[in-house]
Amino acid sequence: MLPTAIIVFREVLEAALIVGIVMAASRGAAGRGLWVSGGIAAGVFGACGVAVFAEAIAAAAEGMGQELFDAAILFAAVGMLGWHNVWMSRHGREMATHANRLGSDVRSGARPLWALSFAVALAVLREGSEVVLFLYGIALGGNGGPLAMGAGGLIGLVLGVAAGTAIYWGLVSIPMRLLFTVTSWLVLLLAAGLASQGAAFLMQADLLPALGSSMWDTSFLLSDQSLAGKVLHTLIGYTAQPAGIQLVFYAATLLIIGGLMRLVGASERRVAPAKRNGSAVSPAE
Amino acid sequence: MLRLPEMRRLLFALPLAFTLSVPALADDPVVTIIMKDHQFVPSEVPVPAGVKVKLLIKNQQSVSGEFESSSLHREKIVSAGSEATVYVGPLDPGTYDIFDDFNRDTRGHIVVK
Repeated sequence: MLPTAIIVFREVLEAALIVGIVMAASRGAAGRGLWVSGGIAAGVFGACGVAVFAEAIAAAAEGMGQELFDAAILFAAVGMLGWHNVWMSRHGREMATHANRLGSDVRSGARPLWALSFAVALAVLREGSEVVLFLYGIALGGNGGPLAMGAGGLIGLVLGVAAGTAIYWGLVSIPMRLLFTVTSWLVLLLAAGLASQGAAFLMQADLLPALGSSMWDTSFLLSDQSLAGKVLHTLIGYTAQPAGIQLVFYAATLLIIGGLMRLVGASERRVAPAKRNGSAVSPAE
Repeated sequence: MLRLPEMRRLLFALPLAFTLSVPALADDPVVTIIMKDHQFVPSEVPVPAGVKVKLLIKNQQSVSGEFESSSLHREKIVSAGSEATVYVGPLDPGTYDIFDDFNRDTRGHIVVK
């Protein structure tokens, strides 16, 4: 029962942390509960589907289907998180200055909550399909019986959800005017970490060169397999022995999403004074 | 600057492009690792240095496993009774950890010489 709980916990943890951050990042947005829970539900549903077709996926692309599938999911999630962050950099100022009465775009649902919802669905799908495959294997051939498996799975799930809830409550204790700056950074680092994981899968599928299979080794300080290592792996993409290509993808993601955020944020600051005068395009300027 | 629909199309086209470009690697040396009774057989896997190697992971257990290596950045689910291919290398001489992420007692090493 305990080994089952530990493994389920490890898989649930990553998805739960992402959900916790997304919930904090979307604080105050109308309908976020529905979007996020919809994302979780779609992810669970998708995870079961992936588990059912696991053998077919694995056999695709000359045996590299699992790698390509994982990489596609990870990069899609990076795209969604990046999209939301860039959008927020345009409207975040509005939200911060009207901390108590949120900006009209944000309230009216113009905000791309679908992007966050999709990112949540992808995270749940990826980790969830591993849980389903693992539990299915145990159910078929493991010892201990279905009761021990169910109890272990449940304990793991509850602990994972507790970790996600903890990071959420930690984040929402941050004052509102700082919250979106903090969550923007967290989402940016999260996206970079996911991109680095995606690069590892493409490297495994032999589609990308390693560019040095181990640039450094900090496993004596913090192992990937420890709980803290696992949490940092999810939050900022910590890897004790990163390959060169992972660093390239990590840095490129930071630069591209971060750069777009600055670009869009800066152009919004130039437009903002015109808007305040009652007209978006002022001929006097 | 790409517009959103174009970006979406690109997002879906990319994995497809990769799928079509997976090269055939028939000449690489093959090393078989068996997962059996929660052990790797052999537990010390000899692998030649400096060349790409095809690891054939055969899971002969009744439970699924996830073949994983932190130092090699490899993780692949191998269902019960099935086999999977994992390419590694070209590797420098040394010892690299391998384990089953679904059963942490299953541990071993890849020894590159």
